[in-house]
This record gives sequence, C-alpha cells and structure tokens, in this order.
Amino acid sequence: MTVGAAWYLTLAAVIFSIGAVGLLVRRNVLVMFMCVELMLNAANLTFVTFARELDDVGGQVAVFFVLVVAAAEVVVGLGVIVAIFRRRVGATADDIHVLKG
Amino acid sequence: MPLLLATATLPDTITFAIAAVICVVGALGVVLSTHPVHSALMLVMTLFGVAVLFVEENAQFLAVVQVIVYAGAIVVLFLFVIMLLGIDRTEAIAADPLKGQRAVALLLGLLVLAEVILLARGHWPAGAHSTAGTLNQGTTPNVNILGTSVFTTFLLPFELTSALLVIAVVGAVVLARRPRRLGEGAPELVIVDPEDDDPVAAGAGGPDEAAGPEAGGEDEGAVGYREGSRS
Repeated sequence: MTVGAAWYLTLAAVIFSIGAVGLLVRRNVLVMFMCVELMLNAANLTFVTFARELDDVGGQVAVFFVLVVAAAEVVVGLGVIVAIFRRRVGATADDIHVLKG
Repeated sequence: MPLLLATATLPDTITFAIAAVICVVGALGVVLSTHPVHSALMLVMTLFGVAVLFVEENAQFLAVVQVIVYAGAIVVLFLFVIMLLGIDRTEAIAADPLKGQRAVALLLGLLVLAEVILLARGHWPAGAHSTAGTLNQGTTPNVNILGTSVFTTFLLPFELTSALLVIAVVGAVVLARRPRRLGEGAPELVIVDPEDDDPVAAGAGGPDEAAGPEAGGEDEGAVGYREGSRS
C-alpha cells in the first residue's frame, strides 16, 4: 500500500503555494506562465490523489481534461506573448502596463 | 494529520519521498532561477516528479501523458518562445521594484499553504460515487477504465476539447501572424510583405545588425512591426 493521501495533498499544497508566490513575485512573463503550470500540476496531483482515495475514475478524467485545456492555454498564451514582444523588446510584465488603444 | 506512513511499504515510502523532493526542488528552481531557460528545465524536473507520483497512485496513463504532453510539448514550446524572442537574458531578481510586494506575496503564499494543508488533514466529505465509475476493477488496466469513462460518460466534453484545440490553433496562428498594413491592396501585400521585411530591417538597423546575430534578430522583429503600425 502506498503513502497516505494526506501526504500527497500536502505536497500538492506546497507546489501550489510555490507556484502562486512565484506568479506574484516574478516579473518575467514566461516565468509567470511556468508558475501557472506549476499550480495546474499541483491541482492535477490533488485530483489523482482523490481519485485513488475515493476509488472514482472521475478524478483521473478531470486531469485528462485539465491537460488538454492546459495545452490550449499555453498555445494561446505564448501566441499573445510573442505578439506583445514583437512590439516591444522587454521581458518584464511591468513594461506592459499600458493598455491604451 | 493521519500519518499513514506506517501502513505504507518501504519502497512506496522511498519513492514518494524522492519524488516529493524532486518536485519541490524543481518548483523552487522555477521561481528562483534568474534565467528563463533554467526555469524551464526546472519545470521539467517538477513535471517528471509529478509523473512518478502519478505512477505511484496507479494513474499510469496520466503519467505517460504528463511526460509526453507537458515535458515533451509544452516545455519545448516555452523554450522555442524563449529562443525565438531572444529574451533569454538573466533577470535582476534581487531588485524589488514594488516595495513590499515580496513580503505580501510570501504572506499570501503561506496563507494559502496553511489553508490547503488544513483542508488536507482529512475528514473530506466522500458522499456518493460519481457516475464515472470506480477506479479499481479487478485486473482491468488503468488505461481501459479511463478510456471507457472518457468515451462513454464524458463523450460530449471529450468532443468539445477537440473544438477547443482547433480554436486554440486558429487563435495562435492569428496572433502570430504579422499585421497587414492598412490602406494598401490586400493581395499585393500578402505577396510583398514577407520579402519586404528583410530590406526594411537591414536598412533601418544596419549598424545594429553587425553587433551580433541575437541583436539583429531582435531588431528585425521590432523594426518590422513598428513600420507596420505607423502607416
């Protein structure tokens, strides 16, 4: 028998918190995006843990869909980033504070 | 916290401990690396650790998909963008432009951590089973169970994800396209634009291009775009 679910959930909480803090602290847009991926992975780990704990395949199906949505999100997000950085050569989110038309 | 380590076998415990350390070190590396490429590689480390935990939790299919899609496709996409844009410079991470931001961020992060760990301590409501079915069905492999569920109970969401992916691809193509100039004939523009870019960049940023291939690449994109938005 494997390690108890509480350990997995705690680990997922730690990864999620690191991702959240990174998202708030870092200014490089790409690194912020990676932190979002970290948070998604922590949520996936929670889903799989509960799928095992409650003996329900729904959790794993949810992870499956999260993976698909994450892939689509990364494609569109990186497209936006490329479009922004074609306009201005800067790597921080502070440079994109002007949203005027 | 129910310390169920006692009921776990030794190999399982060791596997979990190693994978957990890999995950946390990778996550910290993503946040603390000054170089975006290092962050991406640290992200791969965390993704592999999570994949190991997926195998440990009897989700073999998801572990394989995690490695293929995340580590194989998404991180490579990140690296492509980092190198295409030429923004792989190290970031001055020590400076804090907004005073108190880090302290508040750390405080909020610790708050989230405390809350989630509090919730993880057990006594979560189990309720009735969902309609998706049970996970342990004797000797049936995990892939079969997951596939059956996706293609029967979750057939409509599964079909909708295909629409989502098509929309994402179209959106990425539209975003990545160079904007066409206004006020000119469209058919000519389509033919002229890609070939026209290099002379513009070479003419405007001649001295900069001699500085190096990286600087030239950045200038080309910036000049080409500015030219397009001005007219």
